[in-house]
Amino acid sequence: MEPYKKHESIAALMDRSNVDTDQIIPKQFLKKVERSGFGVHLFHDWRFNDDGTDNAEFELNKPAFKGANILVAGDNFGCGSSREHAPWAIADYGFNTIISTSYADIFYNNCFKNGILAIKVDKEQLDKLMIEISANEGVRFIVDLENQQVITPAGNGFSFEIDPFRKGNLLSGLDDIGLTLKHVDKISAYEIQHKQTYPWLWA
Amino acid sequence: MKKTMYEKIWDSHLVVDETGQAPLIYVDRHLMHEVTSPQAFEGLRLSGRKVRNPHSILATMDHCVPTKNRDLPIADPIARKQIETMAENCLENGLNLYDMKSPNNGVIHVVVPEHGFVHPGMVVVCGDSHTATHGAFGALAFGIGTSEVEHVMATQTLPQKKSKTMQVVVNGALSKYASAKDIALAITGKIGTAGGTGYVIEYTGSAIRDLSMEGRMTLCNMAIEAGARAGLVAPDEKTYEYLKGREFAPSGQYWDQALAYWKSLASDEGAVFDATITLAAADIAPQVSWGTSPEQVVGVDGLVPAPESFTDEIKRKACESALAYMGLTANTKITDIPVDLVFIGSCTNGRIEDFRIAAEVAKGTKVAQGVIAIAVPGSYHVKKQAEDEGLDKIFIEAGWEWRDPGCSMCLAMNGDELTKGQRSASTSNRNFEGRQGKGGRTHLVSPAMAAAAASAGHFVDIRNL
Ligand code: SF4
Repeated sequence: MEPYKKHESIAALMDRSNVDTDQIIPKQFLKKVERSGFGVHLFHDWRFNDDGTDNAEFELNKPAFKGANILVAGDNFGCGSSREHAPWAIADYGFNTIISTSYADIFYNNCFKNGILAIKVDKEQLDKLMIEISANEGVRFIVDLENQQVITPAGNGFSFEIDPFRKGNLLSGLDDIGLTLKHVDKISAYEIQHKQTYPWLWA
Repeated sequence: MKKTMYEKIWDSHLVVDETGQAPLIYVDRHLMHEVTSPQAFEGLRLSGRKVRNPHSILATMDHCVPTKNRDLPIADPIARKQIETMAENCLENGLNLYDMKSPNNGVIHVVVPEHGFVHPGMVVVCGDSHTATHGAFGALAFGIGTSEVEHVMATQTLPQKKSKTMQVVVNGALSKYASAKDIALAITGKIGTAGGTGYVIEYTGSAIRDLSMEGRMTLCNMAIEAGARAGLVAPDEKTYEYLKGREFAPSGQYWDQALAYWKSLASDEGAVFDATITLAAADIAPQVSWGTSPEQVVGVDGLVPAPESFTDEIKRKACESALAYMGLTANTKITDIPVDLVFIGSCTNGRIEDFRIAAEVAKGTKVAQGVIAIAVPGSYHVKKQAEDEGLDKIFIEAGWEWRDPGCSMCLAMNGDELTKGQRSASTSNRNFEGRQGKGGRTHLVSPAMAAAAASAGHFVDIRNL
């Protein structure tokens, strides 16, 4: 995983609640054998017309939101199935930050496993951000994970809470595997002893 | 301190146990199939990591493979791509793969024991929930997700939370034609699909000791259906006898050493379990599921329950919607339910013993008018063994189709499926809505029951055969 750095980016607005994983990545794309390349299918059924052209009505298709790394969305984002394809698609599309009032549990965990910072804010704060974006589409926010702050041009900035363990992992770019590999010496030592105790497993 | 078998295996596999982090446990064996592994391989590639111990892995192709006309290219392009990707990934990483053409090919949980790849005391994982099957050997075996598959490939370990332990005691003798499958269904019926959540189940009691290794595999296979993380049976002479001489079993100087270790694994006398459930084998009638969850089962001599018979509001609603989906009326006799299709196979009941008992019931009968019956061996080895014993002829003469191995109708990914409204008697493990095809209606049963239903055209109390 890339270490998560302080950055400034366009904040895209999705003023919808209960966006579920079936919408994030519809099931017809789950048979793929890759983990990458899901970005083009993100929000497929909303994003494209039946003939495959872009649906101009869909918010993320607005030119002002092109290239956004930050997604501001309504309550209970990412509910539904446990498919890890959902955060894969979000990250592959280019988002590394989501701001919402709440997330489905599994989705929330999966975000951090895939380098996505999911920020929780209260309803009042979210409303302010939504109003700021609506009034000025294409507005850029600064996300500073180190100091747990979001800064906006209109002064709607706020600080947020985050589990120190998750924060550390994002900042260092360590995924679960990277974390485990910090213990690689212990794994190697275990294997040496394992070979002595159960030699037939290695014969 | 007295320990359960689970605790012994857990303790001997702890690599790191630091506060604030999930304990890291070592993984001895990693099983693979084509559906849940591709993204894990891609993840490895993207991060520039390598498979830490290629020898710990055994792979097969089973979910998407056709069970007939195997020599033709796979029609579904997505399935074909998955199969090709599996072959490339295994080649690239130097992994042992039993591909579609291999004489060792078959359903992963049938193939692995055939080669003695899992031994007592191991930690075994697979991107597949029915990994629990291998608990029959006294190994801690459980299913994992795709990210975890990648994690195990890269590190040979997994962060894990320790489970609670549940003892399921089954004593006494089973009635005629009642089997491990009926025990498994009866347990699920008794404790529910969430009854085992958070637990690893150890099956004990004389009825379990009396089961063959195949029967124990059937039983542990369905531990997951009762919500448990894994099932376990303590190894005994049957286990050792089964393993001896198989390809990956210890041999020569190592056999005695391994044996001594295996004998130390059983739960200590007086070890404490967090929960205990008891069943009497004699009370377990041959089971038939009537609903859309494996806990919705009843003895074959029973009736389809009425929603009002459930005091629990959620169960009552579940019954209502299951009856609607299944097209059944409350209080119908189970033996009056007609079937359209009969399937014997899967990692639950696709082993030689299953075909032997089904053949015994099918012998000299004819598949009922309008019923399709298919027998799908769990592996090419099972197929060959059955053919050597002449079982294929019994099935074919009775009007059954005798297929090549694969998951087939267990989850209907390979084109073998029910059409809307069709009703099956199936020896597989899940009867969820749509599991065997959209709108398909599944009744979970044992191989003997499946064979009896094929010739009668409806369920039969096989104790009276
Ligand atoms: S036979 Fe069924 S349960 Fe077993 S591995 Fe195949 S699909 Fe899964």
